[in-house]
Amino acid sequence: MMIQPQTASSPGLARRPALARSYRDILAASTERTLRRRHVKSYIMVALTYFAAVVATLPLLLILWHLAKQGASSLNWNFFTRMPAPAGETGGGMANAIVGTGILILIASVLGLPIGIGAGLYLAEQRGTRLANTVRFLSDVLNGLPSIVLGIFAWQMLVRPFGHFSALAGGIALGAMMIPLVTRATEEMIRLVPVSLREAALALGYSKWRTSLSVVLRTALPGIVTGALVAVARVAGETAPLLFTALGNQFWSVNLGQPIAALPMQIYTYGISPYEDQHAQAWAGALVLLGLVLIISVAARFVTRSRFGLGAGD
Amino acid sequence: MTEQPTQTSAAAVPACIDAESLDAYFGASRVVRDVSFGVRSGEVTSIIGPSGCGKSTLLRCLNRMHETIPGARVEGEVRFEGRDIYAPSVSAIGVRRHIGMVFQRPTPFPTMSIRDNVAAGLKILPRSEQLSRRETDDVVERALRRAALWDEVKDRLHTSAVAISGGQQQRLCIARALATSPTVLLLDEPTASLDPLSTQRVEELVYELRSDVTIIIVTHNMQQAARIADRTAFMLAGELVEYAPTNAMFTAPRDPRTEAYITGRFG
Repeated sequence: MMIQPQTASSPGLARRPALARSYRDILAASTERTLRRRHVKSYIMVALTYFAAVVATLPLLLILWHLAKQGASSLNWNFFTRMPAPAGETGGGMANAIVGTGILILIASVLGLPIGIGAGLYLAEQRGTRLANTVRFLSDVLNGLPSIVLGIFAWQMLVRPFGHFSALAGGIALGAMMIPLVTRATEEMIRLVPVSLREAALALGYSKWRTSLSVVLRTALPGIVTGALVAVARVAGETAPLLFTALGNQFWSVNLGQPIAALPMQIYTYGISPYEDQHAQAWAGALVLLGLVLIISVAARFVTRSRFGLGAGD
Repeated sequence: MTEQPTQTSAAAVPACIDAESLDAYFGASRVVRDVSFGVRSGEVTSIIGPSGCGKSTLLRCLNRMHETIPGARVEGEVRFEGRDIYAPSVSAIGVRRHIGMVFQRPTPFPTMSIRDNVAAGLKILPRSEQLSRRETDDVVERALRRAALWDEVKDRLHTSAVAISGGQQQRLCIARALATSPTVLLLDEPTASLDPLSTQRVEELVYELRSDVTIIIVTHNMQQAARIADRTAFMLAGELVEYAPTNAMFTAPRDPRTEAYITGRFG
């Protein structure tokens, strides 16, 4: 193999001039062939990535279509205003679960946003220190923690000692899920703020904390709000941490110390029930939940396009 | 010790800023070496030298900006109106309010309007010195006029500060630094990222401001130093090689290294 003449690998150049083709012609021909081959390759790769992009959006489109088909028929004003009907009866709504999900998200945000944003600010401002690296690593681990594990943990810490399930425990479990998401989003956004801006503030006589809050955090705010909304959308649909904490509730309750209904759990309960009507209600509930998440995501995009802020100038 | 004679003559007039055996470090590396010099009030002083000679670091030592970089530290003394700014009782924030700074690249705050940018330094004053809205507007107008920017932005004071051109942004930063009426203004290569026309405007501005603000300017551009500075300091490898009236330095440099640099034999 090794002693084969090198020309074997480039047949175009091995030909004799007797074939009446100049070196230039040969080169042109081979260039054209290479070009054609590259074009074909390019088309194939573009087609593949196009296919992958379509497949990536396919699940969402299918889910939307399916939910709309199955759930739209049960979706009416009553669904938002009425309490669940007793098993076997038709009609009724999920008012308690919709309000419950709202309350749980509120508790989770009150806990998760300040801590997450504060931690993110710390990680970005103290980057490189050992504590910051440790916190970042642990935050990533927490982010990857299966939500059911978080649910069991919250049960152990917040339900068992008190002897009953509660909305508060559910909200705290969701908040704990939000913290690492918000932390990393905040850190990434703050890192995008140029050092020169920080220096400009310091040179004006701003103190360190004032620079962090009114210049750095303020500049990164649109991005942080987006990250926070994405985190809210993410936990809004979580079921596992709620199973052991908020438990769910057939009745109207806004008491934080009592079990509370939530859309994902209601969907689960109705979905595995034997009644046709409850199945339809579950579909409608899923549609509402998806709608809620979509609205939050769209809001997130709008916030990013605010007047001032990073990227507004270019 | 070629700078000795000029130094003694400078010491006769009360100096605005006086540096004595100043050393600046990044970690273990010493980037400013035993620099002593005095800056007189009401003059424009320029610091020239090749890239990496420590001129920006020296400038940042004068308003305690050097120490904001992790691992950076300063040794020696810098006296501002007779007081050591590195004394334990002196706060860096107070120093920076009296000694303003403008950087190489324009740094308007992108979340604030043009007006709020200029007023940014006023907002953080102690409560007893807080200005009313009206007074703030007056200060903003005066600062923008002094920075020769008022006519260009007076109709859009409430629009984003990053929507104006780079040259205007740099003058906005100068206005922002002037709004708090600093005694000294440090300019760190303020025209390095500007086009020739904007550069000329900033140079004219420096020339006009000299009457009421002491200006220290770091520049790469020797012609610029020759045009606007009363005194010039030449630095090389962290050392202050020569410090003299600009005319004298550019016509009859004492040190062969200065001569080599200004005649373009290196750098």
